[in-house]
Amino acid sequence: MKVIHNHHSTIIIHTMENQTSTTDTQTTKQPLVVPTMADYMAKGESPEIVFWVGCSGSFDDRAKKITKAIVKILNHANVKFAVLGVEESCSGDPAKRAGNEFLFQMQAMNNITVLNGYDVKKIVTGCPHCFNTIKNEYPALGGHYEVIHHTQLLQDLLNSGRITIEGGSFKGKKITFHDPCYLGRGNDVYEAPRSVMVNLDAELMEMKRSKSKGLCCGAGGAQMFKEAEKGNKEVNIERTEEALALNPDVIAVGCPFCNTMMTDGVKHFNKEQEVKVLDVAELIAQANDL
Amino acid sequence: MITSILFILLLAAGTTLFTINVRKVRRNILLGKETERKDQPGMRWKTMARVALGQSKMVTRPIPAILHIFVYVGFVIINIEVIDMFVDGIFGTHRFLSFTGGLYNILVATFEILAFLTTFGCAVFLIRRNIVHVKRLVSKDLTGWPRTDANAILITEILLMTAFFTMNACDALLFNMGSHHYNVAFANPVSHYLMPLFSGMQEGTLIFIERFCWWFHIIGIISFLNYLPYSKHFHILLAFPNVYFSNLKKKGEFTNLESVTNEVKAIMDPSFMPPPADPNVQMRFGAKDVTDLSWKQLLDAYTCTECGRCTSACPANITGKLLSPRKIMMSTRDRLEEVGKNIDANKGEFKDDGKSLLNDYITPEELWACTSCNACVQECPVNIDPLSIIIDMRRFLVMEQSAAPTELNMMFTNMENNGAPWQFSPSDRLNWTKE
Ligand code: SF4
Ligand code: SF4
Repeated sequence: MKVIHNHHSTIIIHTMENQTSTTDTQTTKQPLVVPTMADYMAKGESPEIVFWVGCSGSFDDRAKKITKAIVKILNHANVKFAVLGVEESCSGDPAKRAGNEFLFQMQAMNNITVLNGYDVKKIVTGCPHCFNTIKNEYPALGGHYEVIHHTQLLQDLLNSGRITIEGGSFKGKKITFHDPCYLGRGNDVYEAPRSVMVNLDAELMEMKRSKSKGLCCGAGGAQMFKEAEKGNKEVNIERTEEALALNPDVIAVGCPFCNTMMTDGVKHFNKEQEVKVLDVAELIAQANDL
Repeated sequence: MITSILFILLLAAGTTLFTINVRKVRRNILLGKETERKDQPGMRWKTMARVALGQSKMVTRPIPAILHIFVYVGFVIINIEVIDMFVDGIFGTHRFLSFTGGLYNILVATFEILAFLTTFGCAVFLIRRNIVHVKRLVSKDLTGWPRTDANAILITEILLMTAFFTMNACDALLFNMGSHHYNVAFANPVSHYLMPLFSGMQEGTLIFIERFCWWFHIIGIISFLNYLPYSKHFHILLAFPNVYFSNLKKKGEFTNLESVTNEVKAIMDPSFMPPPADPNVQMRFGAKDVTDLSWKQLLDAYTCTECGRCTSACPANITGKLLSPRKIMMSTRDRLEEVGKNIDANKGEFKDDGKSLLNDYITPEELWACTSCNACVQECPVNIDPLSIIIDMRRFLVMEQSAAPTELNMMFTNMENNGAPWQFSPSDRLNWTKE
């Protein structure tokens, strides 16, 4: 087991040695079906869509649960999808935001070689940073794909009736959505996560600063990987305070970084019993008892 | 006759000086690097109509938005009145536009009402700055000259409007007296109330006051015009081109560094031949000084109104960090002005002054506090992009100086070795499927 400390969170990673001892009651319900692009290639087929998992979604224990929730929904809706698996590499977003254009472009070009090698047309990401980078910044380097965020995929699946939500466990619960900067302001996607959550029959509440005025969680621009500069408060504390002022049952998020930041914020206020921080995908999966 | 000559000389001097200063600003802006902002003209005109002319981004704060509309519309419309004054000044006519007959009544009445709203707006703005102390308007970004600048603009506008009312009040009294030359009747719904203050005065005194106010107003306007290039008030002109040339792409998309692309391609494919570099352009990754920025970023700096909407939405600033996107823009303008003066003093050549935008004006501590959240870009009423400057300067720190914070260097190393920002083996990427 590896323990990685960084200032925002402690990420505990289970590596191979203790794999077998890990049992997750939630995941044992139905085995996840996660085909890779290589599997499809071997069969001479191609999937509807590639699921770009992202580094958090692959390695961070909390974010892995979001990844699984997305896969459960994809499985449930019979979406023909594939992951790149070991062929996926960091999109390069943190390098680009930190000013390391060299490293970013190296990452991007390697990923583009893989994606173009498989003739990928459509990608769904589990992270707004990967989403923004692949959608907007890969084209200049030769990577042209239709890229959507997982909340947009959920919206499509609901609209086309491939998944439905009936009643569900969030009926009447108070939920507030924290806009990820790179989904909201970065790409003007505000409605997809909200229109998905409307189906939960929950009471959706908006924070004072929401949508285009949403306050950052504090993790973007590679801040996730460093100590914050000197100040009088942490950004995630400021943001969590605002969310908690609404007395929500759930703070909904659409980004693994926001998830970490808001979870830490909730812990800071000792509210982790009352208030859950959940990704929109987890809400949908749980409502459907997946 | 003498007054006409005097007026023409004054006008000529005022416009010449203004032209010289604007050309200097233009030259300074063009010190910036090329960037493509001329595509999609239709979309650009639309954006300009909406954001600059229609002030669509102001409405999120309704009170200052309404007051600003008063001052803005007032100021623009009253400039029609200046045409009246200019023609009178040159040809010695009196209220030249009165040939429009009944329309003239409507014109002057409109001017007066707008002038009143402008005065009202400016007064409330002064109160907000100096008595109510609205947070973003008393920030330490504005210590010294910027605060004086803001107050000077507001007070000048109030004085100009007061002179306008006084002039009209005296003119109306002189008309009532049947004074020679003052032979135009006009509606004066506002200055009407000032008339009792001056009634009973001698004809000569009234003429003196009226003339004094006329000259005060006209000299004031010409001086004000020449004050613009030194002031945040320059935005009344630059807002339009600045919004026209604004970034039409998604805000999340950062610029692609072509120079880096060529190098990376050469590494990945040894047969790749990068296009020959322009020997006149100093090759540098990222921005150390204003001349490394694009002309649009420099235009941004001159356009900034110092309103602080960006800073008041900035998560770093809200939580007490040193970073303030407004200050990023103000520093860029200050440094650019300094570079411009250096060029003027050295016969058109920039002489190294051992200073740069980085460190002397903007510190790494400010740059590293940014979360790249785009709140500043979103809030700016004139589509300024402080974030792009921050990122360009980070690029210089990282790629030219290897001066990233240690933790970020560790992140880079992880990404290089493992394809992830953390220390995980790439072969473990699918472990989650088995857990
Ligand atoms: S992008 Fe950076 S400077 Fe702009 S508001 Fe966000 S943190 Fe502040
Ligand atoms: S950058 Fe824009 S929002 Fe910020 S102070 Fe200048 S004009 Fe105002």
